[in-house]
Amino acid sequence: MTNREQFRPADHPNDHFLLTTVVGSYKKPKWLDRARELHEDDDADFTDENWAEATDDAARLITEEHERAGLDVVTDGEMRRNEMVEYFAHRIDGYVFNGRVKVWGHNYFDKPSVVSELERDREWLVSEYEFTSSVADSPVKVPITGPYTLASWSFNEAYDTERELALDLADLVNEEIDALVEAGARYIQIDEPALATTPDDHALVGEALEHIVADVPDDVRVGLHVCYGDYSRVYPEALDFPVDELDLELANDDFAQVDVFTDPPFTLDLALGVVDNHTAEVESVAEIKENIKQGLKIVPPERLTISPDCGLKLLPREVAYQKMENMVRAAREVEAELDAGQIDVEAPAASADD
Amino acid sequence: MTRVVATTPGLYPLPDWAKDELADLKGRQKEDLIGGDEGEELAAAYDRAREEVVKRQQDAGLDRVVEGQLRWDDMLAHPLAVNDAVETRGIVRYYDNNNFYREPVVTGDLSATGDVAAELDAVDVASEQLQGVLPDPYSLANLATDEYYGDEAEFMEAIADFLAAEVRECPPMETLFLLAPSLVTEPPGEAGERVSEAIDTVAGAVDAEVVLYPYWGALTEKAHAHVLDADIDALGYDLVSEADDNLYNVQEYGTTDDVALGLVDGQNTLVESPDTVRERVEWFEEGTPNEDFGTVYATANTGLFYLPVNKFGAKLDALAEAAAAGPEVTA
Repeated sequence: MTNREQFRPADHPNDHFLLTTVVGSYKKPKWLDRARELHEDDDADFTDENWAEATDDAARLITEEHERAGLDVVTDGEMRRNEMVEYFAHRIDGYVFNGRVKVWGHNYFDKPSVVSELERDREWLVSEYEFTSSVADSPVKVPITGPYTLASWSFNEAYDTERELALDLADLVNEEIDALVEAGARYIQIDEPALATTPDDHALVGEALEHIVADVPDDVRVGLHVCYGDYSRVYPEALDFPVDELDLELANDDFAQVDVFTDPPFTLDLALGVVDNHTAEVESVAEIKENIKQGLKIVPPERLTISPDCGLKLLPREVAYQKMENMVRAAREVEAELDAGQIDVEAPAASADD
Repeated sequence: MTRVVATTPGLYPLPDWAKDELADLKGRQKEDLIGGDEGEELAAAYDRAREEVVKRQQDAGLDRVVEGQLRWDDMLAHPLAVNDAVETRGIVRYYDNNNFYREPVVTGDLSATGDVAAELDAVDVASEQLQGVLPDPYSLANLATDEYYGDEAEFMEAIADFLAAEVRECPPMETLFLLAPSLVTEPPGEAGERVSEAIDTVAGAVDAEVVLYPYWGALTEKAHAHVLDADIDALGYDLVSEADDNLYNVQEYGTTDDVALGLVDGQNTLVESPDTVRERVEWFEEGTPNEDFGTVYATANTGLFYLPVNKFGAKLDALAEAAAAGPEVTA
């Protein structure tokens, strides 16, 4: 892989480079939640300009928080996005919202309905990217909800099949990615959590990805994030996905699924979840180093990216921050030990044509 | 002449005000979910929500009225989740849905709680209109984990006895729907005969028309044959998800004298017209010329909590209008 080296910081201290990043979402400051409530309250005197200022401030704050933790590639913590499907559905013609539906207990989701052929209404993420990269010194990754998830987590009233809906959405995602690349984005992550719920649809996800990455230049890094699930049901098929990197949630069940990815050998780059986003307990640097070594059973260090399992938006902010900081320290220490020849890499060799 | 009876499989969405009010009263975390020991304020909120969904069914003109299962935070696993012999543990996925419930782990001898009976007691309609809703024993056993009985057969038998005991405490009702999605999603295979016996245990405990209602596809031929051996009054067919396979089962193997047909999609906001609903009934009857149905229960294919409130109501209207548009369909 050649498009990874561009993210190595100029002052990187080690020869080895384990790219450190996050999946994307991050705990919102309480004042931003309050600002959103005011903005949505017709009786409150809180203008669109006030809201724009609040989201800019939050995006700046969290981008800098990511940099302070030492991450090589940062995001703005998705401060402008309320939810990973709703945000996009509001920006696509053909979607309507009828009201909330249950996810579990008293947790609800404003699940949108597709009522006509979909068209891109306006830009989704270009201004978010431009703002974030203007305040960041580090490279910025853009997470974007994938078409399969956008389709699965909507009511489909308009398309004959979910496949047709997903492929139309894939074309819209492709348009957005073209615009992001035009704006300078070099690291795109497609989020497909719905694949974890219906792994038998991996062929459709792959087909949709082909639409998405059509015409994306080679120097743009494309990752695919799939949340926790039974990965044996999508592997090795996922190796055929047209992406540079697969981003997986493995810390959550204590790396019980590592073996899934060693046979056949993992031929893509691996973004490995090394801290658990479901627990507020901060993993120690020593513990995270051991987790990173689990990744070295799957791929060699030059193909390993280090990240949390999933978005950190539900953790208390200080916990989220400490997890990131420990994660980066652990990665730098493992790199130094690799430089010194103190760590054996166990990853099985991939075949020559990879 | 076939009588078309408009009804639903229950499991309704909470009214939007109740979503907020109950979340504020209970909390949003796993440990905040229903335990069967609600205080006065919470019980009063549920009472108001129940009244609202009962009235909505009456306004639509449904022939059967369900309680709505608004307290069923854990969907079909609810009857176990409020049982003292059960521990609720982690949040686990509910079938292949983007929904989750607390894993109920049976750690002691199951006995009736009266929870479902109390819900039905609170519904203010004549018993001729009242419809109970429970999971079938196979599906409930599948949703749960056993750490007490130790044997799969014994566990399902215990679940069946437990459901039967709950049913015996219920007020008189006209119809009882036993929701049986697991019979489709995880066919019982060799356990088919035991499933049939377990259903008998529950069906035998109630003086009502018992409808066994599988959904999310069609039963395997073997499972279909086994459940037809059970002492039920009507078997359900989900014509939304697998119309052809369901029709085939009836064509090949016959069915009960009455049937329940899943005619409107409980998981899609697209609202079927009453004409569409009737056409689906006609399609089924024309495809099964050898059958002479007494009653066709016209229903949604799944519980309706998947829908936003406005579309949920519109689906009730479509079912009721379709059934009321009689004269009855001639077989």
